[in-house]
Amino acid sequence: MLSSVILVPAVLNGLMTGAVYALIALGLTLIYGVLHIINFAHGALLTAAMFAAFFAHKLFGLDPYVAALGLTPLFFLLGYALQRFVIGPAAHGEDRNILLVTLGLAVVIENALLYAFRADTRTINLPYAFDVVEVGTAFLAVPRVIAFIVVVAVALALWLIMRWTDTGKAIRAVAKEKRGAELVGIDVAHIYAVTFGLGTACLAIAACLLIPTYYVNPQAGNAFVLIAFTIVVLGGMGSVTGALIGGLFVGVVESLSSLYLGESLGQIGIFAMFILVLLFRPSGLFGERA
Amino acid sequence: MVEPLLRVEQVSKRFGGLLALDRASFLAQAGCITALIGPNGAGKTTLFSIIAGFAPPSAGRIVYDGVDITGEPPHRLARRGIARTFQIVQPFTTLNVRENIAVGSHLSRPARVDALAAAGDVARAVGLGELLDRPAATLTVAGRKRLELARALAIEPRLLLLDEVLAGLNPSEIRDMVPMIRAIRDRGITIVMIEHVMQAVMSLAEHVLVLSEGRIIAEGPPQAIAGDPRVVEAYLGHGAAGRMLAAGTADA
Amino acid sequence: MRGFAPILIVTALLATVPLITSSNVVLNFLVVALLIALVGQGWNLLGGYGGQYSFGHAAFFGTGAYATAILQVQYGINAWLGLLIGIAAGALVGAVIGALSFRSGLKGSYFALVTLAFAEVLRIIASVAPITGAGVGTLIKLDLRPEAFQFQSRAPFYWIILALVGLSLVLIRMIEDSRFGAYLVALRENEDAAQALGVNTTMVKLLAMTISAAITAAGGCFYAQYFLFIDAGIAYGPWISVEALLAPIIGGIGTVFGPLLGALVVKTLGELTKLMTGDAPGLDLVIYGSVLILVIAFAPRGISGILLDLQRRLRSLRRAAPASLGGGHG
Repeated sequence: MLSSVILVPAVLNGLMTGAVYALIALGLTLIYGVLHIINFAHGALLTAAMFAAFFAHKLFGLDPYVAALGLTPLFFLLGYALQRFVIGPAAHGEDRNILLVTLGLAVVIENALLYAFRADTRTINLPYAFDVVEVGTAFLAVPRVIAFIVVVAVALALWLIMRWTDTGKAIRAVAKEKRGAELVGIDVAHIYAVTFGLGTACLAIAACLLIPTYYVNPQAGNAFVLIAFTIVVLGGMGSVTGALIGGLFVGVVESLSSLYLGESLGQIGIFAMFILVLLFRPSGLFGERA
Repeated sequence: MVEPLLRVEQVSKRFGGLLALDRASFLAQAGCITALIGPNGAGKTTLFSIIAGFAPPSAGRIVYDGVDITGEPPHRLARRGIARTFQIVQPFTTLNVRENIAVGSHLSRPARVDALAAAGDVARAVGLGELLDRPAATLTVAGRKRLELARALAIEPRLLLLDEVLAGLNPSEIRDMVPMIRAIRDRGITIVMIEHVMQAVMSLAEHVLVLSEGRIIAEGPPQAIAGDPRVVEAYLGHGAAGRMLAAGTADA
Repeated sequence: MRGFAPILIVTALLATVPLITSSNVVLNFLVVALLIALVGQGWNLLGGYGGQYSFGHAAFFGTGAYATAILQVQYGINAWLGLLIGIAAGALVGAVIGALSFRSGLKGSYFALVTLAFAEVLRIIASVAPITGAGVGTLIKLDLRPEAFQFQSRAPFYWIILALVGLSLVLIRMIEDSRFGAYLVALRENEDAAQALGVNTTMVKLLAMTISAAITAAGGCFYAQYFLFIDAGIAYGPWISVEALLAPIIGGIGTVFGPLLGALVVKTLGELTKLMTGDAPGLDLVIYGSVLILVIAFAPRGISGILLDLQRRLRSLRRAAPASLGGGHG
């Protein structure tokens, strides 16, 4: 049963799927690490990005990977505006209110998409969607390989931003010690918005990576974000390493378990894992205390 | 030898790599006021949190009234008669003064009417009688400190842990609070207080403990502590005692 | 609003509605509004008074609905008994989720997340389990007899849901004036301080959640009897979790009448939306989500808060008025 001819491609496929999970989780954990809020709107925003990628192809014939170049800055700005002008002001700084506002946003965005586009599931057809690349004994789908490479690139880019740019340093400062950052003159509201924007930008990229192989409907984002939430809680709220490693890990586990157990038990299994982690170790394996 | 009301035995507390408390031990005799002093970061509030059940010690035990209470949760300790105030006052902001105190009074009074009435009595005892219907959020710092004290008294404790109850008060407010604390002791309540206001420590405490870097470095009556060079060094740094002596300012 | 008099007055006034009008439109609107008020009152106990925000109250609503439906359809159990069992089932689910969550010390966002997850798990299970009819849903057979908890006209349904709402108002008012209520509010304000005063916060939260779940489950049971059809999306769907929290927040979180006021507003908004744009799916929730954000941003204490502020402002105006105008006292 455990023949390497079957296992190796399963693991590789898992890694590639996991990479996209990791990217989504990365946005979530970044927002938590800096703003200390759980972004309940993450799923709806991913769905919105997927619809955007879908229509970029449908209406303008744009290849998703090309569309990403435009959608990423667009969604960065959207995220920035949402935090700066909606979430931040509406919540008056109270944790309980932030919860409700992000929930409200999620409800608005998801149902606006439902109202505008109905519940139908749509897909796009790309000529190279089923092309494969041969790696050893495995045949890997081209879009997935591209996804993996892009995620690695994005993770690197983010790392460079955090390390070397002033904004990145400001973000790290605010994440560590908000009052201190304020006192040295960092505009915290701006940094919060930038971080939220980065998180949303990650979603835009993830959407473009997903759309060649996945469908889109108003619920699509939620399925992925649930996995992302599980990863973030598993890897630790606020831990970038946790999100990346956790994403790859979950991707591989999902791939291997669907080999042996089939797809249907999947969703409940993920929820169950999520609940169990929340109940027994909400700070995750790498993260800060809950 | 009378059994002390509180016995802290070899309590240590580790946070990751940091040893916040290192085998701290002391006794608090019933009906006495014991003061816990020391520079910031010495571990005083950590010790209080452990005694009050908010954190378990990494080692050691707490014995109250002859019973090992180590690791018991705060609400259970409150029922045993241990009350604590918080360094950063934590009023129930949407409630008024009477309702705040009533939460404590409810411990031994299930009926709302009784608890509210008892709360009124406690409030008057600490001078908050005029402010019973005021929202707690509108009180001044001094008012909040008294509310904090009143709430703790409402549970009718035998041991009262006061965490810097005088911090943030001006001299005249301190002058009002000191006799109040003494009156509480006179009613038979044992007090352990963390305090930085030395004049209060000197006039109130019968026994003083000095905590520095997690260790108890000196203990004794207030006068002895004041002149102890180790205590001076703990606050002012290594060699400070010698320098003060040399400069002729080391006075009791 | 102290005492039980306001509750009795409001309930009595509302009870006269079917005597004044026989319009099905009006009665149906009010029945649904009262249903949301009931479900919202359940949320209000845990969220408004206790400060623990659940995003998954559908878990209790759906359990009540399915319990009563399945018991009737599969086992022929009387619907009234089904109501009692449904409430008990909902309370049990609440106790289990509460015990798991509060024992683990979950609060704030984490608590909201876990309740969301539990509701979703139940929804998925209900959408595939054969006993619930899986994707097709469960249909309760039409049997228009009072003994079967079904009625020819809307009026009896109206009075029953009104009675349930009235009971919930009385219950909340009683809790407000009890030690349990004082402890619940204290832990909402500051959990550490409450514990230091002898409050077993875990137990208090658990009890609040159980009662909250029971109230919400009652709403679910009623829904099943009134509409005679449920499926996983209706019973355990996000729509009811959202409306359960929206009504109290709009009406006044942590107040007795908040959920009722809020439910009327929510349902009115829903009807206006339908009138203006037809029955397109999703638009009503877009409005609800937007209202939620607006209320949090501009009136976080809801309608009750606005009314209280007005009252206070009127009082201080009266105080400033000269005695000849009958200036009041503070």
